[in-house]
Amino acid sequence: MSATMTIDVSEDKWGLTEEQRMIRQMVRDFAVSVVEPKAAHIDKTQEFPVETFKEMAELGLLGIPIPEQYGGAGLDYICYAITVEEIARVCASTALSLAAHTSLVCLPLSNFGNEAQKQKYLTQVASGKVLGAYGLTEPNAGSDAGGTETRAEKKGDKWILNGSKIFITNANYAQIYVATAKTSKEMGTKGISAFIFERNTPGFSLGPKDEKLGMRGSDWGTLIFEDAEIPEENLLGELGQGFKYFMKTLDSGRISIGALGVGIAQGCLDKALQYAKERKQFGRAISEFQAIQFMLADMAVEIEAARHLVYNAARLRDAGMPYGKEASMAKLFASEVASRAANKAVQIHGGYGYTKDFPVERYLRDAKLCEIGEGTSEIQRMVIARHLLQQ
Amino acid sequence: MNIVVCVKQVPDTAHLRFDSNDQLAQESLENVMNPFCEYAVETAVRLKEAHEGSKLTAITMGPPQAKEVLKRAIAMGADEAFLLSDEAFTGSDAWSTAFILSEAIKKNLPSTDLILLGQFATDGMSGVTGPALAEFLGFPSMTFCKKAELKSDTILEAHRETERGLEIYEITLPGVICIMKCDYEPRIPSIKGVMKANRTEIPVWDAASLGLSADKVGLKGSPTMVAKTWRKPKKEGGIKVDGSDPQAAVSQLIDFLRQQKVM
Ligand SMILES: Cc1cc2nc3c(=O)[nH]c(=O)nc-3n(C[C@H](O)[C@H](O)[C@H](O)COP(=O)(O)OP(=O)(O)OC[C@H]3O[C@@H](n4cnc5c(N)ncnc54)[C@H](O)[C@@H]3O)c2cc1C
Repeated sequence: MSATMTIDVSEDKWGLTEEQRMIRQMVRDFAVSVVEPKAAHIDKTQEFPVETFKEMAELGLLGIPIPEQYGGAGLDYICYAITVEEIARVCASTALSLAAHTSLVCLPLSNFGNEAQKQKYLTQVASGKVLGAYGLTEPNAGSDAGGTETRAEKKGDKWILNGSKIFITNANYAQIYVATAKTSKEMGTKGISAFIFERNTPGFSLGPKDEKLGMRGSDWGTLIFEDAEIPEENLLGELGQGFKYFMKTLDSGRISIGALGVGIAQGCLDKALQYAKERKQFGRAISEFQAIQFMLADMAVEIEAARHLVYNAARLRDAGMPYGKEASMAKLFASEVASRAANKAVQIHGGYGYTKDFPVERYLRDAKLCEIGEGTSEIQRMVIARHLLQQ
Repeated sequence: MNIVVCVKQVPDTAHLRFDSNDQLAQESLENVMNPFCEYAVETAVRLKEAHEGSKLTAITMGPPQAKEVLKRAIAMGADEAFLLSDEAFTGSDAWSTAFILSEAIKKNLPSTDLILLGQFATDGMSGVTGPALAEFLGFPSMTFCKKAELKSDTILEAHRETERGLEIYEITLPGVICIMKCDYEPRIPSIKGVMKANRTEIPVWDAASLGLSADKVGLKGSPTMVAKTWRKPKKEGGIKVDGSDPQAAVSQLIDFLRQQKVM
């Protein structure tokens, strides 16, 4: 059945192709009928929505920008951004796990894996048969990902890994992982390599799971390597290139976090508009008060601007043009728009917005992640400035 | 097994608004597949999947933009689709629509074994297009179905929901069944389905290609005509009786019923 939400998809106001608009409608139907009804529950319980991910696999949503020959849908990055956006509009947690799986696991396997690795691993994750997780962050290496302490030593035909990774999205539900480790003590970031490994890798285990502020329906956890044995053929791409690969991966990932922010912000506007029309004070709907109208107008303008930034970065990527700066701009702006929109949505809901009876407090907690994950807002500003100063 | 599903594009009632003069606000008009047709497509796809080698064809009669619902049918699992569209078809009532559909099926889909339609369309709610189509084709038909299963190449078992309860019938094919809300929901198309829908050419059959003369179709070919449409007046809110004092409440109720001349 058709969804009842505010953007008219039959209208081509974003310069989208017919296919892109049809994908949006399809994902929206799925989001409203399957994802939204579970959103409050998975937020409350921190339960990972396994069934939803099975359904997404069946629908072909877990490998959208990956070529069909490797189990993906073979669609462009705009379609992928639209998918993340539409799901985030109703449940940011589900969208975050989808985005981490797709942009942080499927894409590096597709971009940097050799044919055998693609056949063995990419086909599994892109088709959604199994979920993927991406391990970069460590207790002492967050924004400074080059400070990786996890070590990999070559012994015979194996790489032996020791160390840990924290805050890893999908950690406890993934079967296939990509992670970085130092293969050389010297050489700085050129001493970092990337590896692919499976859940049942000897010496690999999962550590404790922290309680989260938001994005609670998205799984995360700790990866622990204690003499973990990874076959030598599981080195991703070339030795010493891991840091570069992972940074490139984040360039793409940031477009999807931007889309996540746009989705959250749009969801906030949807809810705020509906509430403002229904809630009566002083004998009329609060939507008749100019103070409320101005908040709604500001939200709409910022969402529109953020969406343009996200789609623009995606278009540049689809066209094979440089997009790193634009991806950071889209991520930075859309994340901050999401937080502002969520704040306003709670404000418009008043005391009810502060309760768990309305979804806007969840949006506020979820939105904050966008300003932290895949590079904090500060790191985005640094990346953007670096691009500017290099020009 | 050759299955045809007839679908209709209707305004999305979830979005409809009326302006201050009680006229439909044009900007609120968004078109979707009639919800009962979605169940018909879902049922048809299930029959196709259960019967290997079947082909599912979706057709609709409507303006050029009605192609959208055919795309949705393809995305859900139909193999091909045809749009019946012509200026001359404008204003067709249920009779004329059923006639045009029957002529298209006779001429272009002659080996059809089974036709499914939605029981009603949410815009007209006539519920007679299906039975009329069956009459024009000389096929048996069954209305108010919520489940259908093929027993053999020529026997279909269908469950009908009626005021009397559930009725299970067998129908000899070729035949027509009209689908209600089912116990299962229409599927959400997969990405592959959406891509197939977008890439599938949808041919148009017009009056000339179907050999239909203009006076047999559209307004001219329609025995019924709409005399007047109006909006149902909004129901006034009822009265609430405070039940804390039962005696007072009862006498208030009795007064009210007397006033209304019910007692
Ligand atoms: C929900 C969630 C999911 C995540 N999923 C993953 C995942 O799947 N895989 C993964 O590898 N990681 C993941 N992360 C980790 C995330 O990428 C890091 O938290 C993030 O990069 C920040 O690192 P940090 O937490 O160590 O903060 P820090 O780097 O310690 O930053 C603390 C503060 O200092 C600021 N700061 C740091 N350096 C500078 C500087 N040079 N100039 C100015 N300010 C600076 C930061 O902006 C921030 O405000 C996830 C995090 C969260 C919250």
